[in-house]
Amino acid sequence: MSILTDPLVQRMLLVGLLVGMAAPIVGTYLVQRRMALLGDGVGHVALAGVAAGWLAGSAAGFAQRDALAVPGAVIFAIAGAVIIERMRSKGEAADVVMAILFYGGIATGVLLIGMAGGSNANLLGYLFGSISTVTWTDVWITTGLALAIVAIGLGFKSALFAVTHDQEFARSTGLPVGVLNLVVAVLAAVTITVAMRVVGVLLVSALMILPVAIAQHLTRSFSRTMYLAMGIGAVLTLAGVSITLTQNLQPGALIVVLGVLAYIATTAVTSQLRRGRTAS
Amino acid sequence: MSLQGTEILHGVSLQTAPGEVVALMGGNGSGKSTFVRAIVGAVPHDGGTIAMFGEEATPNSRKRIGYVPQRVSAAGGVSATAHEVVASGLLGHRALRPPRDTAARVREALSALSVEDLAKHDVSRLSGGQQQRILIARALVRNPELLILDEPMAGVDLHSQVALAHALGHLKEHGVALLIVVHELGSLTRLIDRAVVLEHGCVTHMGEPPHDLGVHALPGHDHEHAHEDPPPAARNTLGLEGPR
Repeated sequence: MSILTDPLVQRMLLVGLLVGMAAPIVGTYLVQRRMALLGDGVGHVALAGVAAGWLAGSAAGFAQRDALAVPGAVIFAIAGAVIIERMRSKGEAADVVMAILFYGGIATGVLLIGMAGGSNANLLGYLFGSISTVTWTDVWITTGLALAIVAIGLGFKSALFAVTHDQEFARSTGLPVGVLNLVVAVLAAVTITVAMRVVGVLLVSALMILPVAIAQHLTRSFSRTMYLAMGIGAVLTLAGVSITLTQNLQPGALIVVLGVLAYIATTAVTSQLRRGRTAS
Repeated sequence: MSLQGTEILHGVSLQTAPGEVVALMGGNGSGKSTFVRAIVGAVPHDGGTIAMFGEEATPNSRKRIGYVPQRVSAAGGVSATAHEVVASGLLGHRALRPPRDTAARVREALSALSVEDLAKHDVSRLSGGQQQRILIARALVRNPELLILDEPMAGVDLHSQVALAHALGHLKEHGVALLIVVHELGSLTRLIDRAVVLEHGCVTHMGEPPHDLGVHALPGHDHEHAHEDPPPAARNTLGLEGPR
């Protein structure tokens, strides 16, 4: 138990728990709208934001050159998500727009970090996560953003479900479809920047989508899928972080691998149960 | 009315009475789906005006309409129960949260379509006909004066079509006015009181529903001038009878 009194461990577990619970909320809406890969496109734009923040920090002469990295990521990610949403609502092929942001984001990130006098190695922590470097400031920022995601994602669940389930019907009822779509896009962007510290932008989508994919095997209700996915996300991140306290493994990658294994196991067990029910 | 600068509909006006069923017909591209989507506010128009219930369309006047879009599937990417789908019909303009009596109203709407036993079922696992009834219940839960259905029989097997027509007949008996966009009347024939035919965004027929195969729906048919019906062998598609 003594390990739990270590402030670094406390910070890691707290951030892991918050991100693990918040990410699947947005993931449920993205899967519902069949835009599970949005997190990847926006994540890469967030990386450009990290580099832009780094460049701004260097130009301003900050002692800590990455002081503006997270604010930069938030701004870029929100802009990227809004662009994707705008293009999608105008009928553009969402996958093409995401592909452009995907490549443009990572290329811009590499260019800007070079201009800031850094190297690609500086981006690695954001690419693959660096939960072991979180400070108490990071914890408070993460707590605030995660609570906002939970409050909006659960508070407006009915309306967000209606819009992501059937946009045309939602529009006919008078729901503010455009605004609600933007809310989902902004929530996704904020989630990505929050989760970036835990699993990195390359794996951030996994933390949003995998818990939902697992929960889908276990329940048939939208609400229960969301709540169950939140629990699964929390368990996965806590398990991943806990294991890395004693094993020399990369936390972000471990969390995602645990999620994939849980998905495979759940698929196998539920398929077997279904087959048994059909046979009897 | 125009969309993206192109005039789509020209002075189309329909009237329905409580318990009346009107079929809106026409070929592909005639404007029938655009018409109903514009009425319910599902497509933004950049020219012309839309009026309903004697006044220009507003979010409040649209509350009096229930809409069942052309169905691709009632299911999204995440499983959802029939109860959740129907409950989403209770939201709307300045109503982002479901009302307190949601459970009772959803039960009532599902009962009206005889699918109350499906409330806890995953809609993606239901048959096409059952999914369509869930979507009708979603529109019905709003207690609309007019229910608009866009191609409700599309992708529904014959057996389910008969059951669906029966359910719609039940709504008609309870005084709900129905406007149904259809390609062919099929199982709905007995239900229809009046038919309106659109062609190139204009009303070309309004009156008796088709009771026999005719020529009005044939491509290039001249609706402007009187004609004699062709011999029965040539009547291979739906048409409309009545004074022109």
